[in-house]
Amino acid sequence: MTTAEFSAPPAPRPWLRFGIVAVITAGLLWAAFSLYTLGQPLFGAILLALAGAFALVFGSERFYGTRFILPGIAAVLIFIAFPVVYTIWIGFTNYSSFNLLTYERTVEVLTSRSTVDQSTEQPFAVAADGDAYRIWLPESGLLSEPVSLTEEATVSLSPAPEPDALLERREAIQLREGLGQLILETPEGQQIRNAGVRTFASVVPEFVQTGEGELTRSDGTVLTANHDTGFFETPEGDQVPPGWRVNIGTANFERIFTSEGIRGPTLSIFVWTFTFAALSVFFCFSVGLLLAVILQWEHLRFKPVYRVLLILPYAVPSFISILVFKGLFNQNFGEINLILEALFGIRPNWFTDANLARTMVVIVNVWLGYPYMMLLAMGFLQAVPEDHKKAAALEGASSVRVFFTITLPQILPPFLPLLIAAFAFNFNNLVLIFLLTRGLPDIPGTVIPAGQTDILASFTYRLAFDNAGQQFGLAGAITLIIFIVVAVISYANFVAMRRAASRRSGQPA
Amino acid sequence: MIVERPRDLRIKKILAHGFLLIFLTLIMFPFLMVLSISFREGNFSVGSLIPENPTLEHWVLAFGFDYRRADGQVISPPYPVLLWMWNSIKVGVIAGLGVLAIATISAYSFSRIRMRGKAAMLDGLFLIQMFPTTLALVAIFAIFDALGEVAPILGLDSHVALILIYLSGVTLHIWTIKGYFDSIDRALDNAAAIDGATPWQTFRYVFLPLAVPIMAVVFVLSFIGFINDYPVASVLIRSESQMTLAVGARLYLNEFRYLWGDFAAAAILSGLPITVVFLIAQRYLVRGLSEGAVKG
Repeated sequence: MTTAEFSAPPAPRPWLRFGIVAVITAGLLWAAFSLYTLGQPLFGAILLALAGAFALVFGSERFYGTRFILPGIAAVLIFIAFPVVYTIWIGFTNYSSFNLLTYERTVEVLTSRSTVDQSTEQPFAVAADGDAYRIWLPESGLLSEPVSLTEEATVSLSPAPEPDALLERREAIQLREGLGQLILETPEGQQIRNAGVRTFASVVPEFVQTGEGELTRSDGTVLTANHDTGFFETPEGDQVPPGWRVNIGTANFERIFTSEGIRGPTLSIFVWTFTFAALSVFFCFSVGLLLAVILQWEHLRFKPVYRVLLILPYAVPSFISILVFKGLFNQNFGEINLILEALFGIRPNWFTDANLARTMVVIVNVWLGYPYMMLLAMGFLQAVPEDHKKAAALEGASSVRVFFTITLPQILPPFLPLLIAAFAFNFNNLVLIFLLTRGLPDIPGTVIPAGQTDILASFTYRLAFDNAGQQFGLAGAITLIIFIVVAVISYANFVAMRRAASRRSGQPA
Repeated sequence: MIVERPRDLRIKKILAHGFLLIFLTLIMFPFLMVLSISFREGNFSVGSLIPENPTLEHWVLAFGFDYRRADGQVISPPYPVLLWMWNSIKVGVIAGLGVLAIATISAYSFSRIRMRGKAAMLDGLFLIQMFPTTLALVAIFAIFDALGEVAPILGLDSHVALILIYLSGVTLHIWTIKGYFDSIDRALDNAAAIDGATPWQTFRYVFLPLAVPIMAVVFVLSFIGFINDYPVASVLIRSESQMTLAVGARLYLNEFRYLWGDFAAAAILSGLPITVVFLIAQRYLVRGLSEGAVKG
């Protein structure tokens, strides 16, 4: 490939390019460093790698070709590959709402806790003194030195008469940030702090760091850091929250496979996920194909009208149609139950009965998904040679027989990769489950949120984001299970694609 | 031509139309119901398909105006639907353009520039695109939680974060556009190279103008995909003013505050534009879809 020397438009000045590259690289490096100092070395390292790759590829002429591809590859690696791997890695940690922080932050949080000594608590008022303020303690008749209340400060108190002009309560509250940083020293040498909106008191820290990985509680108990559980523990083994994130090996997986309250629902959800995906693909495909065959019939009129109306469910944004169905199926005032009651006198419990809920999920999904299959089938049906069908019909085969012996075998191979992709899509069809049933009704006797219509993806989502526990670790572990299944499906699709492609190039239509 | 008896043919025709009409009635039922509900009084009321006392209350509220009932009671809009719509369109357009830029450039290089490991990279992209973002939600949450401490604009509850994640949806589109570029005659690049064009100039002045039709398809496809996204947006966006339509729409059917009528009007208002875009574009979209995508 030639360089820019003979190009028609002037080549960009090299120093300008170097300048821009340098500025962007510097920005990335700064972000990487900030993340590192915030206790996120992993994210920092990734940004560092990005900065390096960027400077190398755009700074040097040698990697000219790579410049075109770097943005795409970087986006895919950073926002798909890395998050998937990172989620699975979280599956090996105890990351949850109890173990949310890093170790350093946990120590900070614990040592910043304090208890107020009730006996020393006394009200205060603030008096303005020029630009500065004085604190007045009416109960003990003490007045502080002037203090600016803009930074941490320690000032001494001395007996004095009550100042003339005390600030209103409202104005004093506006100073609370400065008051929080203030330490007052009584003439006896006792230090008191702001202990609330109205009072100052002697404040004792609840925990003091007394050594590496060791905290002493105000009652004298020594707590040691346990890096296997991610908690500070008393000598008796009691855990003091909050904890920090640690690697707990395969403990989450052991919980999934051994804990009775988790294994049962997980297994049931696993089976239902497969059933749901398979049923969805089968019915969407069957309905779509049937409609496509009818629409292809030469004697049928009004084809364009039928086609547009039949595509409609696909054209409407799915999050809207799913919510519409949620309302229509509503047990108490949904229109579907009203009609069923008027016609047959029944009111099915669509949301509280497990089997009905599952049926409803599949019905809605087929409604959403058949037009896609129909559109694809119409394309593939056109490729089936007409004379094959005619020959079979002349032999006396019925049209049903012609369909199953001639048409179907010809369109299935090119359809296969798309069916596999549809299976993978439905396997992770979080939106449908989440917006329609939220996984409900709940499976009885579980220790985690798990529902009869939950699929693995919605199960993971609920574990991580939908209840107070925020069990990111357990969710990560289940993600690994999904990952393995998706990987197998993905590979199968890859092989099927290859086969379909070689078939197309092998025998020209 | 296979000769069929006229009588058989007529029966078959009646059967076909009859089947299609019954099927269509079932399929269209939700749409008709929602239309009817949006004009009914109140949020629980039931009634016939054509409302007895049609009211514009839900529609006025959906457009963000206060509604004054006959008895003088003033109702305020429950949720900012138009703001959510604007958020969705903003995020969708910016992310769509970003995806378009990255996918077109990458597709060009995969199609034309000689590189080591190109085939492996393409296979890798194909395999990776099968993994849905739902697999990575926990990490996405953790990543943007951490990034937010460096710069709040990159953190949770920010549209920038959402757009960055959406950019990862390029893989499939790289494939689509690459297929298009592969079908362009090599003589064109040779001619450009002889005239002294750099690969970048060949891309900018030769390939880009040719790719406009396929780029339109990719843009509409990715735009619709982003508008429809629920999982990522629901994890990243928390505050009502930042929500996209997909996240916000759910609030209407809360168990404790069930706004069925208001939802119906808001759903039609927000769903209609996207539906129309899709129906206009669908003839071109089908080909792009059959390359292996499933609408999300």
